[in-house]
Amino acid sequence: MTIEVIKSGLLTTLQDAGRPGFAHLGIGRAGAFDAPALRIANALCSNPRDACALEITLLGSTLHFHDDAWIAITGAPIPLRIDGVERPTWAPVFAAAGSTVELGVMRSGCRSYLAVHGGFDVAPVLGSRSTDVNAQLGPLAGRPLRAGDELKTQVVASMASNPVNWRLDPRPWFPEEPVATLRLLPGSHFDRLKETSRKLLFSEPFVVQQDSNRVGLRLSGPKLEFGQPVEMVSEGCVPGILQLPPSGQPIAFGPECPVSGGYPRIGQVAAVDIARLAQRRPGDALRFTPCTFDDALRALRDRERALVRLETGIAARLTA
Amino acid sequence: MKAERKPHHGAGAMADFTVETLAEDALLLRFGDGIDMATNARVHATAKVLRHANLSGISDIAPAYATLLVRFDPLAWDGDTVGETIIKTLDPGFRRDDEQKPSKRDVSRVVEIPVCYGDECGPDIDAVAEHAGLSREKVIARHAAAEYTVAMLGFAPGFPYLLGLDAALHVPRRATPRTRVPAGSVAIGGAQTGIYPRELPGGWHLIGRTPLALFDPARKPPCLLAPGDRVRFRAIDADEFAWFADRDT
Repeated sequence: MTIEVIKSGLLTTLQDAGRPGFAHLGIGRAGAFDAPALRIANALCSNPRDACALEITLLGSTLHFHDDAWIAITGAPIPLRIDGVERPTWAPVFAAAGSTVELGVMRSGCRSYLAVHGGFDVAPVLGSRSTDVNAQLGPLAGRPLRAGDELKTQVVASMASNPVNWRLDPRPWFPEEPVATLRLLPGSHFDRLKETSRKLLFSEPFVVQQDSNRVGLRLSGPKLEFGQPVEMVSEGCVPGILQLPPSGQPIAFGPECPVSGGYPRIGQVAAVDIARLAQRRPGDALRFTPCTFDDALRALRDRERALVRLETGIAARLTA
Repeated sequence: MKAERKPHHGAGAMADFTVETLAEDALLLRFGDGIDMATNARVHATAKVLRHANLSGISDIAPAYATLLVRFDPLAWDGDTVGETIIKTLDPGFRRDDEQKPSKRDVSRVVEIPVCYGDECGPDIDAVAEHAGLSREKVIARHAAAEYTVAMLGFAPGFPYLLGLDAALHVPRRATPRTRVPAGSVAIGGAQTGIYPRELPGGWHLIGRTPLALFDPARKPPCLLAPGDRVRFRAIDADEFAWFADRDT
């Protein structure tokens, strides 16, 4: 079945769970920035958890559905209208053949996910349907959606067509928080910061800058300084790294971050909090709180159990 | 607050490294802090052993100059366990006999890369020649005479950072980076030489261009070069460049 892009929105990309296994060739993972939101959208459409969906940034797309489809929206709160009628997010919603699905302006947060039953059917590139805009890699030659694109979905057994009368509570998965406090693991060069800078990192808020993207969130806050300049050669990088360039203003890496980099690492955003990092928009504030590797791993595994419970519960409801 | 660093000083040339926890799903094995051939060779030797060991749950083994990034599934593994498994795998005492013998595949391959030097393919060659106090021909001869090692790939998919540049050809980066460097450009930045896999911004001096595709996601493997490969450049003229370019499109 076919979905036609009428309006692309600000930056809408096809994303799945990412492209592991190619870091040695200079190829990063990309994938959904708010990974649990992608999984929940897929669960609501009876899809495998890593099916390909749309990641929408701040301003939504308008899509024309040529065939009947079940869709679900998760992530940041965004108005959803089908043929002008407001419809719920965080629930499976039916879009009839010929209908126009319109996503508005996000009220808060930065990234929403639109999954469709069957998943978007684009050819995988190096094993993944994720778009890496920075590396120009992935479906659509690594570019975001634009008006006129025609997207196909995989044809699968159709979901029950009875409308559902429930929606998920988004709060555990999208906390409405004026200031997000993110758990920060010690970075390799944290100890090299001046003592005052080490304190400022955890006592002061940082504001997300306009030129932030999926590569990284550029933060503005107190100027952080090293006691002695850190000389280093390029080393492996992963999403979540808090890098400190000579400007003294840190950058928190996202899913399209380079696989290697030569700036010191003062911290590492706990994996469990990367979804909340993904939902900070330019102008939003965030704070860091220290965390140990053990606590971060425990929190990540707790969240995984909660996600699996949720996915199982959704599947049971959809087949009931 | 302190990053975990576990020194491991075992037997054998590869074994002397520290294990640094980067993230819940990533370790950094550190063999040194600078750019030198010997350290980088140990990184590649270690990467090779770990790849052959095919450890379950490990998704990425990515060499850099002096470090090796290892990524794993944090739901199945924790950093300590992965670190211990890696140390055991690398320790000759824990390895089976058949894994200790060097095999043919342990000898890194040599990849020859044809390069059209100078003129429109290498607009900065005269600037490099002037800096080096050499003629244009000598610059080409020296660049093509050396054997290089792919220290790492990064910056963009398939971009090789090559070690082994003749000291006479070391040139500081351009004061103003170009916004567009053509795909295939062979360039010098400081003590390194590299090849731009696609059109990219860049601050290195462009001395030539190869018609070969460094990166093609549809190809297996997608990159012409892998970490640890050895590289030689061969000077070609504009006609041969056109012949290669025709063949590959």
